[in-house]
Amino acid sequence: MSQFSAAIPLVQLVDPTGKRVSDGTSGIETSGIEAPGIETSGIETSGIETSGIETSGIETSGIETSGIETSGIETSGIETSGIEMFRALVADVGPEKLRELYRDLVVVRRIDTEATALQRQGQVGLWAPLLGQEAAQVGSAHALTEADYVFPSYREHGVAYCRGADPQALLRQWRGSAPSSWTPSEIGMAVPAIVVGAQALHATGYALGMKLDDAGGAVIAYFGDGATSQGDVAEAFTFAASWQVPVVFFCQNNQWAISEPVRVQSQVPLGERAAGFGIPGLRVDGNDVLAVLAVTRFALRQARAGGGPILIEALTYRMGPHTTSDDPSRYRSPAELDQWRARDPIDRIRLLLEREGALDDGQAGAVTRAADEVAGALRAGCLQTPDPAPEDLFEHVYTDPHPLIHQQRAALLAHLATLEGHQR
Amino acid sequence: MTTMTLSQAINSGLRRALEDDPKVLLLGEDIGRLGGVFRVTAGLQKDFGDRRVIDTPLAESGIVGTAIGLAMRGYRPVCEIQFDGFVYPAFDQIVSQVAKLHYRTRGHVRMPLTIRIPFGGGIGAVEHHSESPESYFAHTAGLRVVSCSNSAEAYLMIQQAIASDDPVLFFEPKRRYWDKSEVDENIGLDSWPLHQARILRTGTDATVVAYGPLIATALAAATVAEQEGNSLEIIDLRSISPIDFDTIETSVRKTGRLVVAHEAPVSFGPGAELAARITERCFYHLHAPVLRVGGYDTPYPPAKLEEFYLPGVDRILDAVDQTLVEP
Repeated sequence: MSQFSAAIPLVQLVDPTGKRVSDGTSGIETSGIEAPGIETSGIETSGIETSGIETSGIETSGIETSGIETSGIETSGIETSGIEMFRALVADVGPEKLRELYRDLVVVRRIDTEATALQRQGQVGLWAPLLGQEAAQVGSAHALTEADYVFPSYREHGVAYCRGADPQALLRQWRGSAPSSWTPSEIGMAVPAIVVGAQALHATGYALGMKLDDAGGAVIAYFGDGATSQGDVAEAFTFAASWQVPVVFFCQNNQWAISEPVRVQSQVPLGERAAGFGIPGLRVDGNDVLAVLAVTRFALRQARAGGGPILIEALTYRMGPHTTSDDPSRYRSPAELDQWRARDPIDRIRLLLEREGALDDGQAGAVTRAADEVAGALRAGCLQTPDPAPEDLFEHVYTDPHPLIHQQRAALLAHLATLEGHQR
Repeated sequence: MTTMTLSQAINSGLRRALEDDPKVLLLGEDIGRLGGVFRVTAGLQKDFGDRRVIDTPLAESGIVGTAIGLAMRGYRPVCEIQFDGFVYPAFDQIVSQVAKLHYRTRGHVRMPLTIRIPFGGGIGAVEHHSESPESYFAHTAGLRVVSCSNSAEAYLMIQQAIASDDPVLFFEPKRRYWDKSEVDENIGLDSWPLHQARILRTGTDATVVAYGPLIATALAAATVAEQEGNSLEIIDLRSISPIDFDTIETSVRKTGRLVVAHEAPVSFGPGAELAARITERCFYHLHAPVLRVGGYDTPYPPAKLEEFYLPGVDRILDAVDQTLVEP
């Protein structure tokens, strides 16, 4: 398995049994779970020797690269002192904060369960479940401040919840009642990008704006393993590196892009892709909320301090289907699911809290009640969402009045007025 | 009044936009130190710095995609796509993102981008350097699509495009970059609406509508027609989306004949849209079918063939003559 013996170690702070890791990076690779069991096919990638031509020393032009060397992070350093560094980055996380993380993980899973149920009941058209990815989303979202800005794909419901998106409105888009479920400026988070990877470029441009504004914040772009094959993601890496802008590329490698295992996308661990762009790459156990929090804090601080872009590969697993329209039993084995169930991100933190005596029955009950409350709001908000009026079709196509839109709106309304029984 | 080439006029318009609004940024390939392959941005990086006139990596999707992020951050980016045939890598970002983000966010996110594209043929270029892709974008809701035909229009319209809170695709007639004409540099941005057509020459026998590089051709055709005793009304469409049908309709009600000329292939082109709409609006005033003169439905040809591909004075006059034949 040399192709998957990662050169970048995987950061893990809590193991699947809820035990804090004492000696650094995890054995997740050696347990053989990382890559779903499809052998890479016959195309040989090797045999071309890298030549001795050095690319070095040409200055990047245009926007000044702020004098911080991209090599500042030296990811290799993680092996020796890195784990201590990451542990220190979450040293402030005591029992109370741990319980908060636990609560958010449980709430986010409950949102997912409720939304899936609402889809099965015909109340929303489609849902993209995040089941299994709660820690990657909650851990990274907890590293963000209000000054930061988020560019999500369509599965980041957990991030949206942590950013303050209103659960009552969260299903608007999925119900087909509105084109989006939140107002970007209210929660510092763009609307979901459904064309995968497009948002990595938006994030890079936004980060350039932050740099030009001297804003001090950072941008985080979420995307999946499938999106890493998109040209836009490669272009985003290129532009972000060229401009040295404060953007964290957060890849949730959930192992599957609908039916395609990650090996269809890449012959190297995705975190290693960064090196070719001159960007530091980190890999983290995406089901370890504490490690995700630490690694994302590190990356954001680095970015905010002028260190430029950074890529995080969070290894996780999509426990559910790609969307409610998908049937994963057609392409993956129950055994694989069982392997990942043993690394459940919520079990892990609950076990940690129990081990450390930080979760009594009352506290556990409060978490359940919080989740029920949010699920209730989600359901009620969904069921109470009014259907949009027909003329909403024409709203916000342009900022200014537009003659064609105006005429077509009038024509539709005139047509509807002729229909018997049409309710206005 | 100052005499300047069309490319200098765009340069002056960009300069004024950079001066007037600190949020205006230029992004593109080779636009900085080189001043663009057509020198449209010459001197701007020197005067405004490399934080406002930015040489990007060579990736069109990247240029437009990062401009979207800048717009979300409150900037007013002006992207240069180096040549018409290079815009397609940015197609998703333009059509799925730029065009729809205002709609997708229920009006909360504006996309005040300008995407400048030198377009059209006639310069003897190699493939992918002479195309007219405006129809792709005019077909997409959320975008505005315009083209300038002379220096004064270029100076005014580029500033209006940049000032627009909607995204504007700004098509520059590259074979007219070096044509000189008068520009009033003190002209106000509200002197003529961006999306209103302009009657350049009044006439009574037939209306010829064109835009961008074919305006000079249409005007030349009108001069020849006059010698033949035919009076042509020449209208510069200026805006391909939205189209100012009112001006065209008024003209056609008068002349009863319409010829539309553009370099883009005729099938599904702007001429098709004009023919349909004008037929709807003034069917009973038409004395002849609306005719289109345009590029053929072939790929843009090698340079030695482009004189046959591009609509010239003779092809426009042939069409005019066809509309004038009494049944």
